[in-house]
Amino acid sequence: MSIDLDTARKVAHLARIRVEEEALPALASEFNTILGFIEQLQEVDVKGVEPMVSVTPMRLKRRDDVVSDGDQQAKVLSNAPDAREGFFAVPKVVE
Amino acid sequence: MSELTKLTIAAARDAMASGELTAVELTDACLEAIDGAAALNAFVHKTPEIARDQAKAADARRGADAQALNGIPLGIKDLFCTNGVPSQAGSGILDGFKPEYESTVTSRLFEAGAVMLGKLNMDEFAMGSSNETSVYGNAVNPWRRGNDEAALTPGGSSGGSASAVAADLCLGATGTDTGGSIRQPAAFTGITGVKPTYGRCSRWGIVAFASSLDQAGPMTKDVRDAAIMLGAMAGHDPKDSTSADLAVPDFEAALTGDIRGKVIGIPREYRMEGMPEEIEALWAEGRKMMEEAGAKIVDISLPHTKYALPAYYVIAPAEASSNLARYDGVRFGHRAKLAQGDGITEMYEKTRAEGFGDEVKRRVMIGTYVLSAGFYDAYYNRARKVRTLIKRDFEQVFAQGVEAILTPATPSAAFGLGEMEDADPVAMYLNDIFTVTVNLAGLPGISVPAGLDRQGLPLGLQLIGRPWEEADLLNAAYSLERAAGFVAKPAKWW
Repeated sequence: MSIDLDTARKVAHLARIRVEEEALPALASEFNTILGFIEQLQEVDVKGVEPMVSVTPMRLKRRDDVVSDGDQQAKVLSNAPDAREGFFAVPKVVE
Repeated sequence: MSELTKLTIAAARDAMASGELTAVELTDACLEAIDGAAALNAFVHKTPEIARDQAKAADARRGADAQALNGIPLGIKDLFCTNGVPSQAGSGILDGFKPEYESTVTSRLFEAGAVMLGKLNMDEFAMGSSNETSVYGNAVNPWRRGNDEAALTPGGSSGGSASAVAADLCLGATGTDTGGSIRQPAAFTGITGVKPTYGRCSRWGIVAFASSLDQAGPMTKDVRDAAIMLGAMAGHDPKDSTSADLAVPDFEAALTGDIRGKVIGIPREYRMEGMPEEIEALWAEGRKMMEEAGAKIVDISLPHTKYALPAYYVIAPAEASSNLARYDGVRFGHRAKLAQGDGITEMYEKTRAEGFGDEVKRRVMIGTYVLSAGFYDAYYNRARKVRTLIKRDFEQVFAQGVEAILTPATPSAAFGLGEMEDADPVAMYLNDIFTVTVNLAGLPGISVPAGLDRQGLPLGLQLIGRPWEEADLLNAAYSLERAAGFVAKPAKWW
């Protein structure tokens, strides 16, 4: 499996990380090094093996469906880069 | 520099209980040591006011019923959210972020009476093995190669924690370990580090890297201190559904040093091609020490060991790409300056390009790739199947009666900062070759300093235990510690 510039560009966009065009070849080459390393996994016989979903064999605790917290608007917004009138502000999304 | 900061947690606790020492004196000594150690770049946000207030409160509480860590000054890895105190995970994208809440682990430490001296340097989002990916710059190892002044890495990702404990800036520190980030830096700096069983410590309020692998643990001057500190950190937390609802044993009480009849396994797959002779010799020495202490040594096989790192470099980036999606410039941290006409996608892309460092970007993108349509089965699902096999390897040897496994902690001693600059990313990943299996299998592991190499740098041995058997594991480590008799300290140059 080899990653070309188009794939690198697409992955960067999917990850929502801007990568300048001139940085793509180096990025694709790093991807290929890492994927070449990962490729060893293809040697392993995994027939009939279940993919791990939980490392400790225990049932996740359930909790009562009750309100345990809330009314923290000021705290929730206190770290926002742009908060206005009690909301997070972002560039226009809907035309 | 005051000798007080050299005390272990146990010794300081006893001195405070008998009235020979106050928490305020001890805290002031640590704050002074920190101010004198800027060259190590271990503490990146100092909290002297909080520390002095907590120390005063600890002195007021002093008495027979004092909590386990009453008045003990600790450093906290920057990955832990601490109320009102910068918590950046070593990243530019969390620049200016001050949590409005306290992580469960730090809350528990404070309830146990601990004093917070400040936040500790680390690799960005805990991704790294040398503390060189931090937005704060490199943390520096207090150890040097003889008279050579070259700056060495304290390891990573918990590099600031390791450096601070080894240089006696604090009595202990918190770390986190996703692939070796407590045990590798502990080995590089001659201290003790424990990665508990997955689920032993709550992950709530710890900035997430790979949620199925991350565990917090103590980094301390010796095994007894690790036992004391782990006892205070551990326990069920309703806010983390993966934290185990199991009683936390008295780990310190388990330290008898008696390992007669214990079955210790030596995995043949950990004998790596090109492993330095000194590591091999130390491992053989460790085997001999445990045998002489009365343990029964058996050779074992963990056949899927060589696939652990490749599986890790699918699973950890996959989980990271999902966890780090939250850094979007909307709710906290950095937002890029936008150009006229930029929409929300440009905001995300520019913010993340500016805020994340190269290694983090690389891993987020690899994770995105292995989870993308068409590759999910070939990479992600296959890696999870291999993970099942790696865990099964351990289950089989435990079922044969093996109670702990002895391995080297790292494939080398600390290397120079910048030495790996031109290497490809995979060369750096090999640092975790002996530690990463433990995270994939959810097991407890401990790194114990056991010797020095020819250049005078510390080397560590790792013991791996059965799930939830940290008490037993700590006792085996205590026996190894006593046999190894490691007392070397770095000569002060900072």
